[in-house]
Amino acid sequence: MTATTSSSAATATPSPLTDATRDEASLRRFLHGLPGVDQVGVEQRAAGLGTRSIKKAAKLWAIDTAISMVDLTTLEGADTRGKVRALAAKAMRPDPDRPDTPRVAAVCVYPDMAETAVEALRGTGIHVASVATGFPAGRTSREVKLADTKIAVDAGAAEIDMVIDRGAFLEGRYLEVFEEIQAIKAACGDAHLKVILETGELATYDNVRRASWLALLAGGDFIKTSTGKVSPAATLPVTHVMLQAVRDWFVQTGELRGVKPAGGIRTTKDAIKYLVAVHEVAGEQWLTPDLFRFGASSLLNDLLLQRRTQADGHYSGPDYVTVD
Amino acid sequence: MGIFEYAPAPESRDLANLKPQYRPFVNGEFVDGSGEPLKTINPATEEVLAEVGTASVSDVDTAVKAARKAYNGVWAKMPGSERAKYLFRIARLIQERSRELAVLESLDNGKPIKEARDSDVPTAAAHFFYHAGWADKLDYAGYGPNPKPLGVAGQVIPWNFPLLMLAWKIAPALATGNTVVLKPAETTPLTALVFAEICQQAELPPGVVNILPGAGDIGAALVGHGDVNKVAFTGSTEVGKAIQRQIAGTAKKLTLELGGKAANVVFDDAPLDQAVEGIVNGIFFNQGHVCCAGSRLLVQESIAEELLEKLRYRVSTLRLGDPLDKNTDVGAINSAEQLAKIKGLVESGDAEGAERWTSPCPVPERGFFFAPTVFSDVQQSMRIAREEIFGPVLSVLTFRTPDEAVTKANNTPYGLSAGIWTEKGSRILWMANQLRAGVVWANTFNRFDPAAPFGGYQESGFGREGGRTGLEAYLDV
Repeated sequence: MTATTSSSAATATPSPLTDATRDEASLRRFLHGLPGVDQVGVEQRAAGLGTRSIKKAAKLWAIDTAISMVDLTTLEGADTRGKVRALAAKAMRPDPDRPDTPRVAAVCVYPDMAETAVEALRGTGIHVASVATGFPAGRTSREVKLADTKIAVDAGAAEIDMVIDRGAFLEGRYLEVFEEIQAIKAACGDAHLKVILETGELATYDNVRRASWLALLAGGDFIKTSTGKVSPAATLPVTHVMLQAVRDWFVQTGELRGVKPAGGIRTTKDAIKYLVAVHEVAGEQWLTPDLFRFGASSLLNDLLLQRRTQADGHYSGPDYVTVD
Repeated sequence: MGIFEYAPAPESRDLANLKPQYRPFVNGEFVDGSGEPLKTINPATEEVLAEVGTASVSDVDTAVKAARKAYNGVWAKMPGSERAKYLFRIARLIQERSRELAVLESLDNGKPIKEARDSDVPTAAAHFFYHAGWADKLDYAGYGPNPKPLGVAGQVIPWNFPLLMLAWKIAPALATGNTVVLKPAETTPLTALVFAEICQQAELPPGVVNILPGAGDIGAALVGHGDVNKVAFTGSTEVGKAIQRQIAGTAKKLTLELGGKAANVVFDDAPLDQAVEGIVNGIFFNQGHVCCAGSRLLVQESIAEELLEKLRYRVSTLRLGDPLDKNTDVGAINSAEQLAKIKGLVESGDAEGAERWTSPCPVPERGFFFAPTVFSDVQQSMRIAREEIFGPVLSVLTFRTPDEAVTKANNTPYGLSAGIWTEKGSRILWMANQLRAGVVWANTFNRFDPAAPFGGYQESGFGREGGRTGLEAYLDV
């Protein structure tokens, strides 16, 4: 990531917002004072933006941009070093026949696999992201979460994807969630922190907005929708709400923070809808891997196939891209 | 980083099946009107689309006679269940020809294809479906047994929703057993004449629907015709008043759906991002050519600055341009005359001291376009707060308390619609009871359904269209 993203946010909460996190009561007042989100309205807007027509040059640009924003992910209990190395190779050369294909932004693995991924990707500029903090449930002690983070960071992960404590959030213990994010952010050192809200479990758009602000206040560099282990994972309306949050944050503080939808985005068509939302809801300056990512595994192949289709004028089929 | 330029995605103009000439429709046939032909133009390019034959005063008489004959001979005595079949057939034909109608509407009116395609045409079909359902159930509509139709309906419609307003007028008239002579607006007659083809396709008995293109004089002749029993008009308040004077003292029944200057009221606890969407939808939908447009934004002072910032950003993302492009959000102003009117009112806003902000979007050189504009620091005393602009121009005023919001919202001679944005349910109900407006939307705007009655207070007219209440305007009850 470049310097456009603020990494000093954890240490210096912007002054107009300092009071918000002074104590439990102030934080609650602040979060509950945020404007509500009307479900019908946000879903209508998301559906409306989904109909923008992206073709030809715009589509090629969108496909390449989307590829460069992918956090290529494997998060299975059955992950092996071989699987991670294969994924790293795919990240470096997404389409071996087409050397002009952009590389993905990062490879995302469990902390114990971070070392393997770091080795495989050394010198490529592709980041290793690692889901730490007791992913995906996060139901473990603060010590364990910090240790988990440390394992990933020590192994050389440049990005940490943490899950928030949804239990604490839903019980209204916001300060606890806030402090935990701050603590993990501190443990990240130079690594960038993506805060997974697990929006499917937060259930309401109001909660998504509150959790987004909580994560931004605590210094998260990115807010991320989901672990991919809970349904629904990323949705367009949820991503809209989060994009509005980072935009509002920018307007208030001048800082640029990122958004990462993850889980369930499988097709180029869907990915382009997200890019349109980034473009029109947050703004053009968010159309960069520094500020927008896709957490996905199967999306990349569809992007590659559509990229070929654009170039060749016909669809070639799944046998023409690698299965990794 | 590249700039995300959406590819132009124009609908094919060929889909409109545009013909060089269109003619009036009387007694089931397309006939040569004896009026002076008019040329209808594409407001987005200023090119002539087609020549349209118009009616003269004598043609009005012929059409009313045809309608009377069809009324006495066939339509009024036909069982409701049979009438319903025709209406259902018309509804399905509108759906079948929806792309053609949408493209034609967009060409003739200047509205974005996505609105014609996703809103106008489907809602027009929905009106015929809905009213088809009523045709055989009028005995159970609560008007007592066997309510009777009125006779021949003379209907005059505006240019902002040419096909949809036709559907609002014709569907209930036919469902209740009336026959119709309809005059579409001078600048947008084409879809009405394609609708006439649909009537032929549906094998509607001759004379049940007659369509007479023409200017205001034909409208006046139709409204004033001695054998017309019911007059329905949608359009400007000025013309509405003239019609009311013209037919005063006659037995004609009248409904008027006129101008508006709707208040869209945003409280400090509103869902702000959706309120912004609702404001945009309220005033920039159909280039603001909507009688119920939310053209007066009333914002609670405590959030005015924040909301305006969000609003300006959002409005700057609206894409203005070729109406046939699917990516277009704001299309063309319908006529040079209307564009001049908008410009005049905007200048008055400048002169009276309001702060003008205009979207930096590129504006095509040809065609009638006006970039989305937001006036802040607007006071009740300014013309732009009192007069209907009928264009993509929003006036923003502020208020301090709910009572003040009600007072300011009601401080208008109009009363067609209003919007309330707040997360407090009790306040929505309280406000809705206080506001003098035919429709009050809560946390949304510009939502329509054939089952929901629509109509105004005061200078916005009287009578309702849609729903069970709308049927009453076409029945002797």
